[in-house]
Amino acid sequence: MTIDGRQILHDIKLQIDEKQIVTLIGPNGAGKTTLVKIVLGLLAPTTGNVSLRKNLRIGYMPQRLHVDNSMPISVQKFLHLAVRAKVELIEQVLKEVKASHLLHSQLHSLSGGELQRVLLARSLIQDPELLVLDEPVQGVDINGQAELYALFASIRDRHQCGILMVSHDLHLVMSATDEVICLNQHVCCHGHPEQVSNDPAYLELFGKKQAESLAVYAHHHNHSHALDGEVVDGEVLDDKPAGHKHG
Amino acid sequence: MVKCWMINLPGISMADFILRALAAGILVALIAGPLGCFVVWRRMAYFGDTLAHSALLGISFGILIDINLQLAIILACLAIALLLVRMENRHHLATDTILGILAHSSLAFGLVILSFTDVNIDLMSYLFGDLLTVTTQDLIWIAAGVIGALILLGIFWNQLLTITLHQELAQVEGLNTGRIRLLLMLLIATVIALSMKVVGMLLITSLMIIPPASARNFANSPEKMALSASLIGCLAVCGGLLASFYLDTPSGPSIVVSAAVLFMLSSVLNKK
Repeated sequence: MTIDGRQILHDIKLQIDEKQIVTLIGPNGAGKTTLVKIVLGLLAPTTGNVSLRKNLRIGYMPQRLHVDNSMPISVQKFLHLAVRAKVELIEQVLKEVKASHLLHSQLHSLSGGELQRVLLARSLIQDPELLVLDEPVQGVDINGQAELYALFASIRDRHQCGILMVSHDLHLVMSATDEVICLNQHVCCHGHPEQVSNDPAYLELFGKKQAESLAVYAHHHNHSHALDGEVVDGEVLDDKPAGHKHG
Repeated sequence: MVKCWMINLPGISMADFILRALAAGILVALIAGPLGCFVVWRRMAYFGDTLAHSALLGISFGILIDINLQLAIILACLAIALLLVRMENRHHLATDTILGILAHSSLAFGLVILSFTDVNIDLMSYLFGDLLTVTTQDLIWIAAGVIGALILLGIFWNQLLTITLHQELAQVEGLNTGRIRLLLMLLIATVIALSMKVVGMLLITSLMIIPPASARNFANSPEKMALSASLIGCLAVCGGLLASFYLDTPSGPSIVVSAAVLFMLSSVLNKK
C-alpha cells in the first residue's frame, strides 16, 4: 500500500475468523488505520487483494466522532440515521452497550466514554458479522476501558461476530483478545497474546521494559485461580495457550 | 376618467412589485434556512461566501456568451467548487487560504471580463440585490428552483445528516458520499443563484448563516432547527421589506439587518 509515494504497508496477511477477536497494535505511523480503511473498503490497496465473505455485514466504530456544537441531535436520532432503525431496535442496541439512559440525551453533551458506547451501539444496528473498532477506548478512563473490553467480548459471544480492533494501549487489550498482530508497516509478529509478548520482534518494537510490564500485567489478568489453586480462564479468554508464567 | 386611470396604475403596479418582492424573498428564505443549517453544521460559511463571489464570474460569462444568467451562476459556482476540491488535493495549503484565492480571484476575473462586454449593467444590484425589480418571470424561476431544491433536500435529508456527522461511517454504511456531497454543493450553488436578486452576492451567505444560527438557540433536533431557520428567514424578509418600504432603505441590506436583529433577540431570549 503506497500513499503519496510513501510505502505505508507491505506484505500484510490478515485473517479474521468468526467469533475471533483480532487486535492490531503498533506504534504511531505503523499503518494501523490505513489497514483498517483497506478492510472497510474505504481505501483500495495498491497491490494485493482483500477478500471478504459475500454480503458481509460490517459494523464500524470510528476512532472518534466530532459533533459540532451547532448541531442539535439526540442519541435516538443519531442511531435512527444508520438504517432508519426502529425505536425498539435502538433501545435494544443501547441496552446491549449498557447506555439505555442516554436515549434522549443530546449527542454533544455526552462524555467520552458515553459517546464511545453510543458509537458502539450504532455499529451493532445492522447485526454485524464483522465488527471493526478503531481505537475504541481512546479518551476513556481506565475503569471504563476495562468495561468496554468486557463489552466487546460479550458482543462477540452474542452476535457471533469477528472483531478487528486497533489499539495503542498494550495492557488491557492483551487480556481481551484472541490474536494479536503487531504491525509496523509489515506484520512484525502475530499469534496469541502471550506468544507475541515474548516475541523478539515485539520486544524490539516496544522496548523491553514496557513489554515486560505488559507480560506481568497479562499474567495478572489472563487467568484467575479458583480456591483450590486450579487455573480458571477468564471469560474472555477461552482459547489461551496453556503455557503461562506464575509470578 | 383618464386621469383617474393614470393615477391608479402606479398604485396597482406598486402593490404588485411589493408582492412579487415578498414572494421571492420568502421563497428564498424557505430553502436558505434548512440548507444554511448544513453550512453552519459543516462549517462551510467561508465556502458559501466563495461560491457567492464566483457568482459574478458566472454573470460575466453569462452575458459574454448570452445564456440565462441564473444557469450561468449555477455553472460558475459548481466549477469553482470542483476547482476547490482539486486544489485541496493538489496543494499543501489550508482550505481557507484556497478559498480566499478562489473567492477574490473569481470576483476580480468577473469584473475584468465584464469590462470587455459592452453591456452596461448595474453592478450594485448584483452586489447587494434588487428585490424590488423582481419580474414575474424571475419569480417563476425562483419558485421552480426553490421547490426543486426543497424536494431534493427532503429526499436526501437523512443522508446529508449522516455524512455531516461522520463521512467514513456513512461510507461504510453504504452511502455514496461523493454523490451526496456533490448534491450539497449543487443545492448551495442553486440557492446562491436564486438569491442574487434578493440580497445580492455580497450578502447571500448571511441569509444562509444568520437564520440557522438564531434557530440553534431553540432547537433540540436537526429538523426543528431547519424549520425554525426557515421561519426566522421569512420573518427577516418581511421585516426587511417593511423597513425598505416605509423608511426607503435598500431592500437587500434591510433584510440582512432585520435577520441580525432577530439573531440578537434570539440570543437574549435564550439567556433568560
